[in-house]
Amino acid sequence: MTTVLARAGIWLGVLFLAIIGAALAVDKAFAFHMAIIGAAAFVGLWVSISRVDYAAVARGILHAPADPGKYDDDPVRWGVIATVFWGMAGFLAGLYIALELAFPVLNLNLEWTTFGRLRPLHTSAVVFAFGGNALIATSFYVVQRTCRARLAFPGLARFVFWGYQLFIVLAATGYLLGITQSKEYAEPEWYVDWWLTIVWLAYLAVFVGTLVKRSEPHIYVANWFYLGFIITVAMLHVVNNMDVPVSFFGSKSYPLWSGVQGALVQWWYGHNAVGFFLTAGFLAMMYYFVPKQAERPIYSYRLSIIHFWALIFLYIWAGPHHLLYTALPDWAQTLGMVFSIVLWMPSWGGMINGLMTLNGAWDKVRTDPIIRMMVMALAFYGMSTFEGPMMSIKSVNSLSHYTDWTIGHVHSGALGWNGMITFASVYYLVPRLWQRQRLYSLRWVNWHFWLATIGIVFYAASMWVAGITQGLMWREYGPDGYLVNSFAETVAALHLMFLLRALGGGLYLAGAVIMTVNVWLTIRGKQRDEAPMRDTAFDPAKDRPLPAAAQSAPAAGVAVPAE
Amino acid sequence: MHKRIDEPTGTQTVGHEWDGIEELDTPMPRWWLWTLYLTIIFAIGYVIAYPAIPMLNRGSEGMLGWTSRGGLAAETREANARHAAMLRQIADTPIEQLPGKPELMQAAVAGGRAAFRVNCVQCHGAGAAGVPGLYPNLNDDDWLWGGNLREIEQTITHGIRQPGDGQTRTSLMPSFGRDGMLTPGQIQDVVSHVRTLSGKEKASAASARGAAIYADNCAACHGPAGQGGRQFGAPDLTDAIWLYGGSRDAITATLTNAHAGVMPAWANRLDAVTIRMLAAYVHSLGGGEDFTAAPAAPASDAPEAKADVRP
Repeated sequence: MTTVLARAGIWLGVLFLAIIGAALAVDKAFAFHMAIIGAAAFVGLWVSISRVDYAAVARGILHAPADPGKYDDDPVRWGVIATVFWGMAGFLAGLYIALELAFPVLNLNLEWTTFGRLRPLHTSAVVFAFGGNALIATSFYVVQRTCRARLAFPGLARFVFWGYQLFIVLAATGYLLGITQSKEYAEPEWYVDWWLTIVWLAYLAVFVGTLVKRSEPHIYVANWFYLGFIITVAMLHVVNNMDVPVSFFGSKSYPLWSGVQGALVQWWYGHNAVGFFLTAGFLAMMYYFVPKQAERPIYSYRLSIIHFWALIFLYIWAGPHHLLYTALPDWAQTLGMVFSIVLWMPSWGGMINGLMTLNGAWDKVRTDPIIRMMVMALAFYGMSTFEGPMMSIKSVNSLSHYTDWTIGHVHSGALGWNGMITFASVYYLVPRLWQRQRLYSLRWVNWHFWLATIGIVFYAASMWVAGITQGLMWREYGPDGYLVNSFAETVAALHLMFLLRALGGGLYLAGAVIMTVNVWLTIRGKQRDEAPMRDTAFDPAKDRPLPAAAQSAPAAGVAVPAE
Repeated sequence: MHKRIDEPTGTQTVGHEWDGIEELDTPMPRWWLWTLYLTIIFAIGYVIAYPAIPMLNRGSEGMLGWTSRGGLAAETREANARHAAMLRQIADTPIEQLPGKPELMQAAVAGGRAAFRVNCVQCHGAGAAGVPGLYPNLNDDDWLWGGNLREIEQTITHGIRQPGDGQTRTSLMPSFGRDGMLTPGQIQDVVSHVRTLSGKEKASAASARGAAIYADNCAACHGPAGQGGRQFGAPDLTDAIWLYGGSRDAITATLTNAHAGVMPAWANRLDAVTIRMLAAYVHSLGGGEDFTAAPAAPASDAPEAKADVRP
């Protein structure tokens, strides 16, 4: 009873604050946001005092089994659905802004739909909404199983999920309304930042609490990566968002850091958002789902230790490579570059450990589209973590910086690595979380794999061409010693590449649509009547290693490995 | 601890197990380790060679003595040195004599093209074709304010209708319709007359009525035959070039609410040599006029052109 009272009190307090904020708001957008927060607080209040078991109601809607047993999976199930939902929203926004670049008329001449406002909507939707929900959901799933412990602070875990969704809604609506602090990947204003800080500390408490409760002697490597991701993101978020609000009843604030210091802090944040959010966190997913799906042991325990600590230590220094040839002092630029280069092998340690885990199960690449997705994810991870250090070399950067090459680089990482490993994890999780025998269709997963892969190839290749074209045109001098191209000409030259990029994005989105339907039908408990993927034609007579056949006598025969 | 030999790889496991996941005790790949060492050695070498170590007041300078500012300054110096002699010659040559020195003229056109791409394409377009209804096409031989080198230079230097510039090109066509100077019927008559000047319409009763109104209201600037007047920037009405459109509707709109386009005075932004080179480039686009074509008052313009050349 006291907990109910305490919870209701907190929600009532938030509701009052929101009403006061809305009433005294100095700008309309702030009032709108306070109304959203007020509505959320009202729902929270209602759920705390009402006698209805909303968890059971939600389970009914989501066709979810109850969790009386070992693990608390309700927040994981919601997280998987949120991941798929926000993924669709983010990919769609991405396709739309790609088309805006090719056809500016699609800006619609409305302030809310301009590229400038939709672009952060796209990046936040895919990184924080799609990626963030995937990380929270999988971390709750993985930490329970690898610790053999039920989730600590179940109420707080639910708060983390819903609080994070509120953060996403506030951020996204804010962008459309023009609320931004103009820091890439950290656009939300001060009050949304404060809210995310609270949610994130709650997340840390749930995760660490579960680790403390564990009944395993050791902490599994996936959990090191999750913990590294949660702690570092908390630090990055707080330091980069040190702002002074102009008014406590308005959305505008000014950052504590200014000038080149502000730029350095921003890119320390921005780079490590990639390093800890999109790399460490997703490596954690890889370290659980790859060995589970392949049913193979991790390739090398030693490699996992060394590459974990090397990655954690090195990533945090590499941010200045985003500011080469700027007002940043030369010494900081140099350090940013060399730390990025040393980061190459520690990044590849994760790829090696993931790929080589398939030793002894490589045949599954042929038969299991989920494994195939994981392999492709690791391949793109390896490719973009090679491309990154290469682009941080000053002479390469002088060509690539500010061009679409950067966009291509980030998308080969995001679509290839983050997207593919998330899709694979979702396909792994859904049948298990809803206790279905299998996915609705494994063949659809295969379709998704190919659409996504071809989409990424179109995207990355077109942006390489576009970026290098752009970089070369910008620096092209004529024999008379003057620049040859005007900026507008360099933009016009990219039109075809912009179209191919949009085509790639469209294919990727099409794959995600197939996934959404597949997940939906699996949750509904349906199964597609299809031939199993494992029935691949196999002719033992043709399957013989050539050198062995050439050397040994034919009479010795060729041992056919038993399936 | 349950260490065992993993059958497919023949490697021993570490002995831990989490939710069915085991780990092999594979040593780190040699090539991986050696590449890591190599990158570290490269990093150390680079840090010694280039500015890298932060100290109390400044960073270490590096063995090579390289700085990014220094590099930029050296490249800029080099580029400027390549052009310096030519630029000085262009600045010192009176603009009337520029066409007589083909080498200088060629260099001026090249420099002007580069400056045009940075400063002018936003309005006039990358090909200098302008935008109908907004900005004039610079490729044709139809000039509002004069098309010889000196006149173009004057226009770029002081702009068109630039507030605060005493020498800016300026004029104001009345808004005959809006201000009630002509009735809508009279405007239609003038439109008919104006369109007969360029052969867009045949003479009619309306155009005859319009001719009388034209003579009273328009001829002072546009000339009795509609050939235009450059001292007012009044366009030639007898040709096929219509910045604001030559349809009945467009001319009616212009007569009702007159246009008064503006261009910035570039003397505020660019040095005199760059402006001279821009003039040479615009002049070279196809419609540039010789000095003989417009002999109007060279005496008064000459000292002014000299005054533009700043050190």
